[in-house]
Amino acid sequence: MAIDKETVKYVAHLARIELQPDELEKLSGQLHDILGFIDKLSSLDTSQVNPSSHILPISNVLREDKLRDSLSPDKALENAPDRKGNFFSVPKILE
Amino acid sequence: MELNQLTAHELIDKLKDKQTTASAVLDALYVRIQKVEPSVKAYVSRGQACLPPTEGKYACPLQGLPITIKDNICTEGLPTECCSKILQGFRPPYDATVINKLKNAGAEIFPLKANMDEFAFGSSTENSHFGPTHNPWDLVCVPGGSSGGSAAAVAADEAIWALGSDTGGSIRQPASFCGVVGLKPTYGRVSRYGLIAFASSLDQIGPITKDVQDAVILSQVIFGYDPNDSTSVNQEVPDFSKSLTNDIRGLKIGIPGEYFVEGMDAEVKSIIEEAINKLNALGAVSRKVSLPHTEYAVPVYYIIATAEASSNLARFDGVQYGWRAKSENLFEMYKKTRGEGFGEEAKRRIILGTFVLSHGYYDAYYLRALKVRTLINQDFDAAFKDFDCIVTPTSPTPAFKIGEKTKDPLKMYLSDIYTISVNLAGIPAISIPCGFTKKGLPVGLQIMAKPFNEEMLFRVAHTFEQNTDWHKSKPKL
Amino acid sequence: MKYQTVIGLEVHLQLKTKTKAFCGCSTDFGKTPNSSVCPVCLGFPGSLPVYNKEALSYAIKVALALGCRIEEHTKFDRKNYFYPDLPKNYQISQFDLPLSKNGFLNIIAGDKLKRIGITRVHLEEDAGKLIHETDASLVDFNRAGIPLLEIVSEPDLNSSQEAFDYLTGLKSIIEYLDVSDCDMEKGSLRCDANISLRLQGAKELGVKTELKNMNSFKGVKDALNSEVARQSELLETGQALEQETRLWDAQKNMTVSMRTKEGAKDYRYFPDPDLTVFIIGQEMISHIKDQLPELPGEKMRRFMREYSLSEYDAGILVSSKKDAEFAEECLKKYPGEDKKNIVNWLIGPLLSEANARNVNLHQTGIDIDKLIELIGFVQRQEISHLVAKSVLAQMLDSGKSAQVIIKEKNLLQISDTAELKQLIAAVIEENAKSVNDLKSGKSNALMFLVGQVMKKSSGKANPKVVQELIKRRIDNA
Repeated sequence: MAIDKETVKYVAHLARIELQPDELEKLSGQLHDILGFIDKLSSLDTSQVNPSSHILPISNVLREDKLRDSLSPDKALENAPDRKGNFFSVPKILE
Repeated sequence: MELNQLTAHELIDKLKDKQTTASAVLDALYVRIQKVEPSVKAYVSRGQACLPPTEGKYACPLQGLPITIKDNICTEGLPTECCSKILQGFRPPYDATVINKLKNAGAEIFPLKANMDEFAFGSSTENSHFGPTHNPWDLVCVPGGSSGGSAAAVAADEAIWALGSDTGGSIRQPASFCGVVGLKPTYGRVSRYGLIAFASSLDQIGPITKDVQDAVILSQVIFGYDPNDSTSVNQEVPDFSKSLTNDIRGLKIGIPGEYFVEGMDAEVKSIIEEAINKLNALGAVSRKVSLPHTEYAVPVYYIIATAEASSNLARFDGVQYGWRAKSENLFEMYKKTRGEGFGEEAKRRIILGTFVLSHGYYDAYYLRALKVRTLINQDFDAAFKDFDCIVTPTSPTPAFKIGEKTKDPLKMYLSDIYTISVNLAGIPAISIPCGFTKKGLPVGLQIMAKPFNEEMLFRVAHTFEQNTDWHKSKPKL
Repeated sequence: MKYQTVIGLEVHLQLKTKTKAFCGCSTDFGKTPNSSVCPVCLGFPGSLPVYNKEALSYAIKVALALGCRIEEHTKFDRKNYFYPDLPKNYQISQFDLPLSKNGFLNIIAGDKLKRIGITRVHLEEDAGKLIHETDASLVDFNRAGIPLLEIVSEPDLNSSQEAFDYLTGLKSIIEYLDVSDCDMEKGSLRCDANISLRLQGAKELGVKTELKNMNSFKGVKDALNSEVARQSELLETGQALEQETRLWDAQKNMTVSMRTKEGAKDYRYFPDPDLTVFIIGQEMISHIKDQLPELPGEKMRRFMREYSLSEYDAGILVSSKKDAEFAEECLKKYPGEDKKNIVNWLIGPLLSEANARNVNLHQTGIDIDKLIELIGFVQRQEISHLVAKSVLAQMLDSGKSAQVIIKEKNLLQISDTAELKQLIAAVIEENAKSVNDLKSGKSNALMFLVGQVMKKSSGKANPKVVQELIKRRIDNA
């Protein structure tokens, strides 16, 4: 399966990554090569195979509904690039 | 020998006998770091103050001995940036479970973190935002990756021992390139809580040490069930010191034909063959085994690992922590922060991972990869019915030159060809030094066992080590 | 009606567990911003989720109460999208293997029971809260990670009233289970609606609109009504409908298009590798089934059976659990087999009083024995129904018994013929026209005259006796 520049652009948008024109060019070529290599998988018949989404033979891992200490707002906000009072602050949302 | 050159178990003995102090060990490390770090660059220097170790830990097993930690394992209050610009300044408000375990066992967390490929994306440590680490055996070569800083620090005696993380070979391959011991435990053995995720279904934290006994001691401390990690397995951890029997007589060792194919360095091949002969001479019985889906491991890996990574790394967006690009609105902030904050390889993998999960491609790539992963697991299940362990080279080549593969990502991906299947299958594997090339570069031997049978790895590796001297060689720096 | 309305509802329900879905932070409402947060619900690098046992049990209760089939294998998936209220930029949700499928909820449409299909009930986590300011948005993550259930109905609802009744019915069941506060204003229950119109009899669904931002059941009804009007006008004038999301503006009483730039959503769902699968066996299901309380539907059928109530009456009494318990106590205490009288009082005067006082039926504070005593007065025709209603109001205000109030205010009904004959004579004199109408066979004139006598007696006259006396007098004239 080939990947064109438009697809790379769309995927970069989904991933919220700004690509410079030269990056887009280079990346499209590299992804094309990598996907060409990955396409090796399509030669295998997997119609009768179950997917391994989880490799561990364990299930039903649950915890009790018990309170644990939370962080203080100051600790939670300590790493914030921008805060206002006890809130994280982000630039206005325009989509 | 200087204190920093000793193994952890030698130092623990000295500390117990009061022949030295934890401060003296730390001082020796700092002296060494001052001397060799300008050329090796194993650590990420962020100008932190070097603190003396907390005294009064002499009752605890690790005696205040310092340990070096890879930059993707959360250490409370200490910078943990995954060697990425996007996590600049991040100081986690909590310790990873392994850090807690180490502290409780009396270890001193070394304040400098080990260099790595950004977010563990790489096989050479060249993808670090802080620049590459150099191989102590030949400074123009890479130390391997992504735990290249941890491996180089241990090899260069800038660390007593270290923790790395292994998603597709990131502990074993640098251990092999740097001539040290590196263990990737069974998936679910070591808590991932506090390990900044690359690919959640593949990642494991493991020890990088100067010898097998140190790997045993460290494993004993960091292994075990953690209720904070849903994928941690509640299984008893055996006393691994009992595995150090120096006896492998009668063990059945599988040698997979699929691992000895073209692309393999001739010198590596003959060194590995000699190592296998040694194992046979020690009483093991090696025989060919087939792992027929080996050739699919790399493509499966690059689908699953990048898909998971694309989602795991979505949180790095400049909202709560790390670096934020100046921007007028939110959408622009996302795109610029991520466009400028991630390095080239990170962007490549996030975009590849996003693509294989995106609408219309999921079945052809991601779902198919999960299915082939099943086939790869079945290969190992079948093999371990007949064999106690499987032995292979850790890497098809010795350490390559810095810059040699950076232009061709696919070539770089293929350098993980022998280590990736282990992560896909979730099984444990260890890399130990087993020889040197004519140019003096170390070569590593990989031993794999079935899930939760690290005892087997320690037994074989330790026996080999007891009967060879490769692990005693030191690079000339 | 030219068009048929087709509505499907998507309800998000916060489960009232003590702690969040994947961490031990409190779910309490109204705390200091970012004070009920930890590395897990903030999505800090390295943190990992472990699901809340109680949340799973609550979810299974809801699914069972809605007649869903619980799937044996279920798992969490990641729904990937960027938004600042989503700490990891993915929501832990369920995609192809939801907890449960194929349930239903009965509503009463017109006078018939209508079965509304429930497509699925699945587990997910809540997002944080955003406050929009002029040039920034502020984020509070206290709500992030609260366990949510998504309950998706089939497009079986054909009017805004049916949608309203569905929500009321759903709320009633959830309240019986006591697993959520179901408070739309506080956001513990949220509802989005998909609505489209099609020509009566048409098979194909029309172009649908997704309605959001309604914060009461009435708001849902109003928004749907407004959307029906908008869509039919477009269809009538031959304009094209656009598939879009519209926000309800309760103040302006209209929906407004959200105008998103992104086309089709591409959420890149994939199994969350940080969580294990869940296998829900029959044993677990029957254990939870045993804990289920009697649900509104069952209670209704039992009321019909045990107390010979009509479906309509029983339906009203069981809609809230506490009201139903109160009603049952009344039914039990009320003497005799025929419970019609007490039921009429409960869903008639007492319910009106409760509504007027803004409380629920069980919260009026009425003493059941005193209520029964009051009904006795009416039955013995000692007071009229009208007077009894006002006595009830006074009972609720003063806490006095009916006996005391009737005596104090001299409210006993006048059945004494002599006294009534005087009043009738006066009325006949004043209403010659009506008397003539009655004589010429217009029977509603009789009711008018009875009404006039009632008025003159301040409601105390016994209307049956009055009617008899008037008839006799006219017939004899």
